[in-house]
Amino acid sequence: MNGGIAVAPLPDAGQVGQPSGATTVVALVGNPNCGKTALFNALTGSRQKVANYPGVTVEKKTGHFTTPAGRAIRVVDLPGTYSLRARSPDEEITRDVVLGRLTTEVVPDLIVCVADASNLRLALRLVLELKQVGRPLVLSLNMMDIARKRGIEIDLDRLSTALGIPVVSSVAVRRGGTAALLAELDRALAHRPQGGASAWHAPNASELRGAQREADRLLRLALVSEGRLDPGTAKADALLLHPVAGLVILLAILFVMFQAVFAWARPLMDVISDGFTWLGALVGEAPLPEILRSFLKDGVIAGVGSVIVFLPQITILFFFILLLEDLGYMARAAFLMDRIMGGAGLHGRAFIPLLSSFACAIPGIMATRVIDDRRDRLTTILVAPLMTCSARIPVYTLIISAFVPDRDVWGAVGLQGLVMFGLYAVGIVGALAVSFVAKRLFWRTNAGEPFMLELPDYKVPQLRGLLLGVWARALAFLKRAGTTILSMMILIWVLASFPQPPDGATGPAIGYSLAAMIGHALEPLTRPLGFNWQINVALVPGMAAREVAVGALGTIYSIDGGESAADKIGQVLAGQWSLATALAFLAWYIFAPQCASTLAVIRRETGSWKWMAVTFFYMLALAYAAAFAVFQVASALGSG
Amino acid sequence: MPDQTIIGHRTIPLGEARVGFRGRIIALNVNRADCAGLPGPELERRLIELGFVEGAPVELLHQGLFGGDPIAVRVAATTIALRRREAMAVAVAAATDTP
Repeated sequence: MNGGIAVAPLPDAGQVGQPSGATTVVALVGNPNCGKTALFNALTGSRQKVANYPGVTVEKKTGHFTTPAGRAIRVVDLPGTYSLRARSPDEEITRDVVLGRLTTEVVPDLIVCVADASNLRLALRLVLELKQVGRPLVLSLNMMDIARKRGIEIDLDRLSTALGIPVVSSVAVRRGGTAALLAELDRALAHRPQGGASAWHAPNASELRGAQREADRLLRLALVSEGRLDPGTAKADALLLHPVAGLVILLAILFVMFQAVFAWARPLMDVISDGFTWLGALVGEAPLPEILRSFLKDGVIAGVGSVIVFLPQITILFFFILLLEDLGYMARAAFLMDRIMGGAGLHGRAFIPLLSSFACAIPGIMATRVIDDRRDRLTTILVAPLMTCSARIPVYTLIISAFVPDRDVWGAVGLQGLVMFGLYAVGIVGALAVSFVAKRLFWRTNAGEPFMLELPDYKVPQLRGLLLGVWARALAFLKRAGTTILSMMILIWVLASFPQPPDGATGPAIGYSLAAMIGHALEPLTRPLGFNWQINVALVPGMAAREVAVGALGTIYSIDGGESAADKIGQVLAGQWSLATALAFLAWYIFAPQCASTLAVIRRETGSWKWMAVTFFYMLALAYAAAFAVFQVASALGSG
Repeated sequence: MPDQTIIGHRTIPLGEARVGFRGRIIALNVNRADCAGLPGPELERRLIELGFVEGAPVELLHQGLFGGDPIAVRVAATTIALRRREAMAVAVAAATDTP
């Protein structure tokens, strides 16, 4: 796969044995935070794409570039690792690609080990391990500028001789900073190097210890001057990792992020939403058969629109996540939150996905990629939909304003606001409780996954790399919206549209559809919750997006004006529903898996139907139990 | 946990050290009962991969708000965050005790 980029045929400059048009594959390997991705960006520019490795949730980053000698190279940016020993799915990908074990991947012709020049100790041990693989290997000492500024001087020749491999320096963030690496690639690839047999095996503790001793010896040999610690990082950490001030600053950063995802995205979302409404209206007036018009307008356009509308939120969220990651702050945030999240069995890194889920669970679930451990990540994905997303707000607002009296309690606190707050609180408590249970139910065997990670030096983020990263992820989301999510939307449209109402029908069309049949069929099941068949019917299109239920209720109760007539809907509901039913409906909405897009994203991100099903059924069970309890208690108290 | 003596050094577990502690790694005792969670050999390999090797200089830089956990440790030229439970496996001697 070239990602749609045409690879120019090689201007064969007398190279022997190089089949014309064949692309050389180079893999980038290195410790986390070594500037590997910056180097990848510098080499490929915008000729890169982010996808997933088949069957796993690991991000696959590939790109193309041409060397000065005209050699076309496909470069793979492999997940960061300290060892080929592979402890996480990400690291397994790195190991399998390097060893040529992954059948879906081309075996790399050459490995570039990227190392942070100011932090060589752990990288050198990885180099020693990579040498055992027997493939052509080049060590690129990255961030050489930062190392020099701190007084670190490295004798490249001496290191190269001692290691027996070419060593070059690079400054990924500077124009021309990759010249030495490119020249070395041309030199190393010129005579089509052949790798020897791999002598690598998973090292045991004493082999690792020996390798680290050897790495320390090489480091002493190569270091002309050791340099100082980064004074900026030490100063910043004194404040940012302070037990109290650090937490306050973290909360402030989270608040700004939450605001940005929630509020800044709003105008753009309105534009997109209006755009799709306009497009829908345009199609609605087109001279087409009624059924085709409905399919395009209510199925395709409304379906795609309801997903694309989240693009601004996803873009802003990933901008912040990548910015914090590039700054080196993300690891600090995990450090500060570890104990707090750990109480509920969540990883320190889970807080950003969960916070994002207040805006929408879809970007939240996508953001769980910052969690390395698969089990921790699955737990976070399971509970993310319980956070009160913005799509629940129209439903909550409608029911609260129709049923909860607008008066103050305890002096100044509005009762309606208090109920709203309570709904949020129940969602959060529910999420923590579910993760607590899930941790003990699903992964009892491995309860002790340790929290151990490097706190890298702070770095000035590169805007270009940041924008490239956001762009690649936005594209990945759009691709998903166009496939999995769209097909779910069309299914829901079919349920709400077929069969068509008979000629001369008086009621709303949805009343004759499969959705209505489902609504009637479900009545015995939902009666203990106080739900009538009209509510059941509204829940079907509500699967497309939660707030659609508001419009659907309007349609079923034959109120003109759709969603814009929310006040009118409220008045009708207040006349038709008992208070107990309304409260049960709210309780239902806290927990119910009422969002096909979220389920589709869970399917995509976990790579399995199983976790989608687990999420759907546990949420359904919680929703049923909560609505049942609320309706029965409220009825017993005389609100039936 | 009483202080241990290993090859002539008075050592404490890194998991019991205070912020500001400076010293050197003397040994990895991964089979201690109080650093359970991972099997001993696996914990040992992970610690080594992050640079916790005998002889490396360490300094405890920061700790969390609740129970002083987790901790941020400077190991040679790298800063590593870990929980005190895992740090119990790292036996260290204070700088003044190191010949």
